[in-house]
Amino acid sequence: MLQLALVVVVLSVLIFGWLRMLPGGPVSALLGDRGTAESRAELTEALGLNDPIFVQYFAFLGRAITGDFGTSTGVSPGKPAMELFLERFPATLELSIAAILLALIFAIPLGYLAARRRGGWLDNAGVVGSMIGISIPIFFLAFLLKYFLSIKLGWLPTGGRQSPDIDATRITGFFVLDGVLTREWDAAWDALRHLLLPAVALASIPFAVIFRITRASVLDVLDEDYVRTARSKGLTRRIIRDRHILRNAMLPVVTTVGLQTGALLSGAVLTETVFSWQGIGQALAIGFERKDFAVLQVVIIAAAMAYVLVNLIVDLSYAVIDPRIRSAQKVS
Amino acid sequence: MALLEVRDLSITFHRKGEEPSVAVDNISFNVEPGQTVGLVGESGCGKSVTSLAIMGLLPSRGAKVGGSVTFEGEELLGLSQRELDERRGRDLGMVFQDPLSSLNPVVPIGLQISEVLERHRKLGRKEAKAEAAELLNRVGIPDPKRRLDEYPHQLSGGMRQRALIAIALACRPRLLIADEPTTALDVTIQAQILSLLSELVSGTDTALIMITHDLGVVAGLCDEVNVMYGGRIVERAQRHALFAEPRHPYTHGLLASIPRLDAPRGEKLVPIRGSVVDNIAWSRGCAFAPRCPSQLEECWSDPPELVDDRGGMLRCHNPVEVAPMAAEGAR
Ligand SMILES: Nc1ncnc2c1ncn2[C@@H]1O[C@H](COP(=O)(O)OP(=O)(O)OP(=O)(O)O)[C@@H](O)[C@H]1O
Ligand code: SF4
Ligand SMILES: [Mg+2]
Repeated sequence: MLQLALVVVVLSVLIFGWLRMLPGGPVSALLGDRGTAESRAELTEALGLNDPIFVQYFAFLGRAITGDFGTSTGVSPGKPAMELFLERFPATLELSIAAILLALIFAIPLGYLAARRRGGWLDNAGVVGSMIGISIPIFFLAFLLKYFLSIKLGWLPTGGRQSPDIDATRITGFFVLDGVLTREWDAAWDALRHLLLPAVALASIPFAVIFRITRASVLDVLDEDYVRTARSKGLTRRIIRDRHILRNAMLPVVTTVGLQTGALLSGAVLTETVFSWQGIGQALAIGFERKDFAVLQVVIIAAAMAYVLVNLIVDLSYAVIDPRIRSAQKVS
Repeated sequence: MALLEVRDLSITFHRKGEEPSVAVDNISFNVEPGQTVGLVGESGCGKSVTSLAIMGLLPSRGAKVGGSVTFEGEELLGLSQRELDERRGRDLGMVFQDPLSSLNPVVPIGLQISEVLERHRKLGRKEAKAEAAELLNRVGIPDPKRRLDEYPHQLSGGMRQRALIAIALACRPRLLIADEPTTALDVTIQAQILSLLSELVSGTDTALIMITHDLGVVAGLCDEVNVMYGGRIVERAQRHALFAEPRHPYTHGLLASIPRLDAPRGEKLVPIRGSVVDNIAWSRGCAFAPRCPSQLEECWSDPPELVDDRGGMLRCHNPVEVAPMAAEGAR
């Protein structure tokens, strides 16, 4: 918890100062070329940008503690930044969870099989594929998917989260889940179709990284003495795989999944932009363009908190899987 | 019929970009039910590889196995892994050298024992767990019920090896192979583990292959001893015969290099000079020739055959005629 508070404070200082050092502030973004000298001065004063930066910072901090992160000036002018964030956050969460699930579901079994059949065609294909997955710019991949599968072939929607002609009931803000909960199956199916391509695009890097870690980790574990012991016991293949190989091989994978959540946000900025996905990634992209300080601050701080939280959960689950860590923690 | 018959077993490793290397070269030996047989030799002579070949645990790629291994009359070498899995853990058990790395670090000890029982004796979870506690008790682990839920890192080295023995003996196998089971342990613990092993197999019909580089380990345990050098058996004898009158210069050297309680005070231990890297190929002569104090000229050109000798077997052109003790006395 202390860790979390520290991260938030340091990060808020950095982001706050950095934004104000960027050329062209919200005033130019809002007024463009049309602004006269007076109107610029007026707006600057109104936004409180004339005060010394530390005064601005402490004013920001004071309000932020009460949940007030200021008002959006660019993404959705006039709307409280916090409200905007809360509105958009479920969209990004839904997309990220879908992407991580996709990555896990494919990367772990494939990584395992590639290691077991080292040097076989699946292994070679997987290694090359994951190299492409890591190196292909996510923006380009998202665009390719959209161009071929949505625009050319028309199989899937080109953007958004739900077709406009569908009147869905909202409960959680996760559109697919909402459709399932309310048994509005057409809405769930429609939301799923919207989700598929952005999720695939966003999954590409985590998939590639998790595949490689799984493969390398399984290869290591296969050489371990305890796997030989398991085989000397004549155990079934399934038990050797699940209990003796995978349970050990998953340890580094768990850490990687935590670290990958950080990469997800930067991926989401690009993916959401290409697929007009109304999440915080898109808000971040627009916010930068229009120098929307309030929105940028709340999104970046919240994203950092989410990242720290996820890695906290990873540490905890690590202790659940690895008894050696558990007893080390008990001692300390 | 012998319980285990190893006939002309050869193991060759093929590695990319390297000459094939022969790790085991036509070795043969038998193990009778209930018998304890020693396999002795220094590091790299092919002991572990032999035991892994018997268990079918050699890597499927890169290792070529020739000859025959029959267990209760059934040929093991041709069996698929699936068929072997019916035998391993049930009829054949194995204890490995390093108990820490040989136990799964993330699975409780109890489950690592009970999973064998569930697999081969078709016990349910509960019965298997109760039986596992019983087994831990038998191998001398105090408070077994509590230990069941502990992980390998929470046990001492000696206890880990006891747990591995419990695993290997869980289904009362007809043959137990112990590959240097005490090498990784403290000296004081070594003796305990050895006496535990002999206690567990003596009086049962479980046969034991005891693999070691230490003739001292063999002394209290084995009925028959095979001495290996450079992938071949160079001497086989009943334990008493081997210690009373070792015939092969290598065996002689091994005996002279172990500390003995009955040795005269001040006696120096004489290690065998040189090391395995000095070996010449068996095809050219005697592999031990570069290190052998009894070498003759023919040893460098004429590979000795394994022949019957005083009730055992011997592969040497110039066997030792006197016992080491007698030799000591004469000096
Ligand atoms: N997987 C392998 N690939 C290639 N060569 C191997 C492999 N395993 C063993 N060898 C070789 O086979 C020979 C015999 O090795 P082995 O492990 O049986 O020796 P050992 O008698 O058990 O010795 P130690 O006392 O060190 O355990 C060695 O020369 C070793 O280098
Ligand atoms: S054959 Fe010759 S070199 Fe080899 S052990 Fe016997 S005496 Fe020594
Ligand atoms: Mg060995």
